[in-house]
Amino acid sequence: MIILDLQTVRIDISSKIKDTRASQLLTSLSQLELSSELESLQIVDSYTIQADLTAATIKKAANNLIDFKKEQLMIATNLHDFDFAIEIGFLPGVTDNLAKTVTMILKDSLKQNVAINVYSSQVFLLKGNLSEIDLKQIIDSLHNPLIQRARIKTSQEFNRHPAKPRFASDVDTKKVGTVRCTSSVSKDKGNFRRNSNKEGMGIEIPNVVLTNKQEITEVDLNVDDAILTELGSKGILDNDGSRRGPLALGLDYMKAIQAYFIKEGRNPTDIELESIAQTWSEHCKHTIFADPIDELKDGLYKGYIKAATNQIRKDKGDKDFCVSVFSDNSGAIAFDDEYLITHKMETHNSPSALDPFGGAITGIVGVNRDAIGCGMGSRPIANLYGYCFSDDSKQDLYRDKELTQKMLSPKRIMEGVIDGVRVGGNCSGIPTVHGFSYFHPSFRAKPLVFVGTLGLMPRLVNGNDSCQKAARPGDLIVVLGGRVGLDGIHGATFSSVEMDSSSPATAVQIGDPITQKKFSDAIIKEARDKGLYSSITDNGAGGISCSVAEMAKECGGCRVELDKVPLKYPGMQAWQIWISESQERMTLAIPPENWEEFNDLMKSRDVEAVVIGEFTDSGRCQVNYQGQTAMDIELEFLHDGLPSRQLQTRKPSQEWLEQNTPVVSLQLDNDLLALLANPNYCSKEFISQQYDHEVQGISVLKPLQGRGRVNGDTAVIKPRLDSKKAAIISYGLKPEETDIDPYMMAARSIDSAIASAVATGANPDYIAILDNFCWCSSDESERLYQLKETARACYDYAVAFGTPFISGKDSMFNDFKGYDTNGDKIKISALPTLLISALGIIDDYSKVVSMDLKMAGDKLYLLNATEGAVDAKANLSFYRRFYSAVQTELVASAMSLAHKPLKLALAQKAIAGQLGIEVSLSEDSKISGAILVSIDPLKSKRFETLFPKAQLLGEVNETKRIKINAEELSLEEATSAYRAPFSNYLNDQKKELAGVN
Amino acid sequence: MVTALIFSGYGINCEEETKRAFELAGAKADIVHLNDLIAEPSRLKDYQIAAFPGGFSFGDDTGSGKAYANMIKNHLLKEIKAFVARDTLTIGICNGFQVLTSLGLLKGTLTHNTSAQFIDRWVDLKVSSDSPWLKGIESMSLPVAHGEGRYVKDQDVPVALQYTDAEISNHFDYPANPNGSDDDIAAVLSDDGRILGMMPHPERAIEFHHLPHWTFLKEKASRESMALPDNGPGLSLFENAVEYFN
Repeated sequence: MIILDLQTVRIDISSKIKDTRASQLLTSLSQLELSSELESLQIVDSYTIQADLTAATIKKAANNLIDFKKEQLMIATNLHDFDFAIEIGFLPGVTDNLAKTVTMILKDSLKQNVAINVYSSQVFLLKGNLSEIDLKQIIDSLHNPLIQRARIKTSQEFNRHPAKPRFASDVDTKKVGTVRCTSSVSKDKGNFRRNSNKEGMGIEIPNVVLTNKQEITEVDLNVDDAILTELGSKGILDNDGSRRGPLALGLDYMKAIQAYFIKEGRNPTDIELESIAQTWSEHCKHTIFADPIDELKDGLYKGYIKAATNQIRKDKGDKDFCVSVFSDNSGAIAFDDEYLITHKMETHNSPSALDPFGGAITGIVGVNRDAIGCGMGSRPIANLYGYCFSDDSKQDLYRDKELTQKMLSPKRIMEGVIDGVRVGGNCSGIPTVHGFSYFHPSFRAKPLVFVGTLGLMPRLVNGNDSCQKAARPGDLIVVLGGRVGLDGIHGATFSSVEMDSSSPATAVQIGDPITQKKFSDAIIKEARDKGLYSSITDNGAGGISCSVAEMAKECGGCRVELDKVPLKYPGMQAWQIWISESQERMTLAIPPENWEEFNDLMKSRDVEAVVIGEFTDSGRCQVNYQGQTAMDIELEFLHDGLPSRQLQTRKPSQEWLEQNTPVVSLQLDNDLLALLANPNYCSKEFISQQYDHEVQGISVLKPLQGRGRVNGDTAVIKPRLDSKKAAIISYGLKPEETDIDPYMMAARSIDSAIASAVATGANPDYIAILDNFCWCSSDESERLYQLKETARACYDYAVAFGTPFISGKDSMFNDFKGYDTNGDKIKISALPTLLISALGIIDDYSKVVSMDLKMAGDKLYLLNATEGAVDAKANLSFYRRFYSAVQTELVASAMSLAHKPLKLALAQKAIAGQLGIEVSLSEDSKISGAILVSIDPLKSKRFETLFPKAQLLGEVNETKRIKINAEELSLEEATSAYRAPFSNYLNDQKKELAGVN
Repeated sequence: MVTALIFSGYGINCEEETKRAFELAGAKADIVHLNDLIAEPSRLKDYQIAAFPGGFSFGDDTGSGKAYANMIKNHLLKEIKAFVARDTLTIGICNGFQVLTSLGLLKGTLTHNTSAQFIDRWVDLKVSSDSPWLKGIESMSLPVAHGEGRYVKDQDVPVALQYTDAEISNHFDYPANPNGSDDDIAAVLSDDGRILGMMPHPERAIEFHHLPHWTFLKEKASRESMALPDNGPGLSLFENAVEYFN
């Protein structure tokens, strides 16, 4: 909202008591290589408030922002001595959740609905003889120039007498590429600028001012192929000569669109072309999985993935537990007679590379909506994560040749991603029960960020099958949740291509878990069971252009009045409103007679819901804006008009592999201490501990197991408080094997997920799996060959194990194209990665087995150690026997060898139980399907009868020493090696804290 | 039947398990959205127990519990004061505790942990004062999950629970105090003992499988032919509250 003649007041709040945020930040900034000591640091929380009120009224209301027991209004006399003041705030248009809450607090305390704009920022007051270079380093580590602005003042400038304040005229808004708002202070892209004419930090207002005329333009398609190609790859040309950003439409797609509009007898509007681009994007249509590939006419998805599930459901007959697979936002299987359990894994890789915090929080909060939007609404009960990072920060990377757009370091990416998932999960009250972190240098430019959500949904909602939903002609199209802004434009098309210097910054967003929590509760806990809506779906990629058009398929048409969509600020173009992916929104189909009751409920829960149109049976997707027709095309063309492409694969030659396989030694240092401290195997306690894994009271097996707090390979939850039934969650991921043998990589990933679940007590005959493909360079026939081999193995092994796929997702271009520090071109492709996530259901949680050794004197056995190719038939028969052993409570502890070498597994079990072991092993070879157990000696006879081929490795003892063949370590050495690599992130366990002022 | 009102809305997120805990203890518990109570404040009169559950009301923006407490101050303060003036019990757990200190119903304040990080783990607690909530309890182990749980004293206050070294911290080799609270304070009381504010989560410790080392305890019990407890340690707190009115 633009408000003129407003009073502007800046409220700065400092801490009265020890501010531990400042002391921890001081410690972490002190690790930068500064030329002189950073002596102290203070943090001031600031709110710039604009309102149609007197300054005195604003200040009085702002007292509500201060807890006077610990905080105070900052004035010169309550600040400690400092040399520099750095302010970090958001760029115009970036989601500012804190400001939103402050606005609410002010309005509520004023008890009147007055126009108020709030902008939050933080000021860091630093003391030290810091050089320009030091300050640049500090500012770089305090902010991300893609979303934040930074200013600096010396203490003299900060304390100088006030000059006449300048207000919003300071800030101009500029259109770069598609849309990018830039405030004057950050125009120099990440460099900071001294700003020295005001008392304190002075006032700066990062509001969005859009001045372009709003219009619907016609795009001329009567052009030659070269122009069509350019239009498809770079986007629509604006009057000012700039391009709007990638449509990711190839020439064949552009020609199909051209042909359609010749038939319609006109050119498309910009909004029609943008809408088709969203709908046809690789991100939305998964064309690489859908198109025919070599001899496989059905493509990979129908030919392998879905075909596997169909075959398994047939094989299982009346034991089939699938209920709703592949057709909805999440997959649903039977949990018990009354409930279904839903599961979905997503990735959010490209946004996380640019803004790790925003990308990750948007990812986790987004996948929560895949539960809320599944069936008539599934209640999110658990979050999962999986990170593929690099721990190699040596080499800087840039997006542009001029070296002005620097990529964030792998360390920053890791920290930001971990933070984003924490805030998203913790604030939503959804326990983050399990995850993994995998390190490989190929992820140094673009990480892989997997996020997943399990949900619980009654089989019957309001007397009807909860999986059945359909918008009906005449139903109102209702959008609820957050408002629409310029954030998240072209996210779907952006993630469908490689990342380079033209990747739009507007694709980056920051999630708002509280807005979502409010509507999630209102929908799942109230509106759903009242039967107030006929269909619901999530707004993700493509925003309402995808969600409305998708739901319109259920009834055969839609008509949208774009003017009714609530906006964050005026001035947006029609096409932007239609495709913006602004987060935290759901789309519902509501019968008109239910609207009033529904809207009253939403209002009372502080949720904004708006009718934006009507579902129809016209067969067309119609959009009007300002009295004009903005879009009017056949639904069938929109959804199915894209031509299929015949994909060809080529088996990689030895030479190709040598050129394209990252030159990284996969040879592990086999020394036990080195294995324990390997980043892929070491403790991730710092992540587990900062993720709330116990909210909702459903945890059975927590992320850290045993006295020694070792990260488990699985998690167990008991979703219903009044039932013993439990769900076991595990995963398989072997990207380092794709270039060696993609078929066996997939086989071992599936087997790994099953083996680790079974080791914890899962019933091998009640396990569903999910597939996430994160590929690279999917336009190369060699990579397509690997993809096809992987998918072929998915069919073969899922069918052989009887584990149906229930949901999946793919992300095909995890490549970075940019420049190194010399300005030389560099392409970094992530290892082609398949994540298999498994979900097993068991009847009695109390039979679950943890991995920690329990008692001295117990015997250690290795089961099912087989070398070479995965033998699904043999493994399945072993898993069934193991399940029966667990059911009769024969097993004191168990761990599969799915994710680690035998020697390491032994050491981790010892650390977890804080008990000694003495074992002798023959060669530690690559084995699949094996499980390592400890058994009460009184039960060992029964155990050996059940598993005659079990190899007795040794015994558990009280010695506090780990002895494996000739290698020997104290438990203490092993434990500290295991915990060492990320111990600097565990602030609460550090002995000394740096000085606090 | 003893009646408990459980606050919800705006990012409170532990209301379901808190309701379950009260129900297991024998109370009739209702989850009521803050806006519904603001619309009809007299509903408070129907209840003997008020519970402010854990969560992230307003995302902890401007400081945990502050915005939710402001709404109560602006719309419900009179009724809340009348409620606590009656012979009622009130509990604030985690975010609920932060709401109660922000409201001024409990002394002191809560701020960022010394680590400046969110932490979810179990702690041991010893009971330090008498209260209807704590009758018959000397010590207990419960989980904490918070980023702003460091209690800062501003005056003498009846301390309900203090972090201590006992079974759980020995088992897992954890330091006793997870957040740097003054005097290891985990929970405090109003002067009359009827209002309890606590950072640990008793509602997440009402069943045996909630214990972080239950698989070890189960194996130990089986070797020693001992029976396992049905419940977790947190339930007694809710039972005490119900017992107070019976």
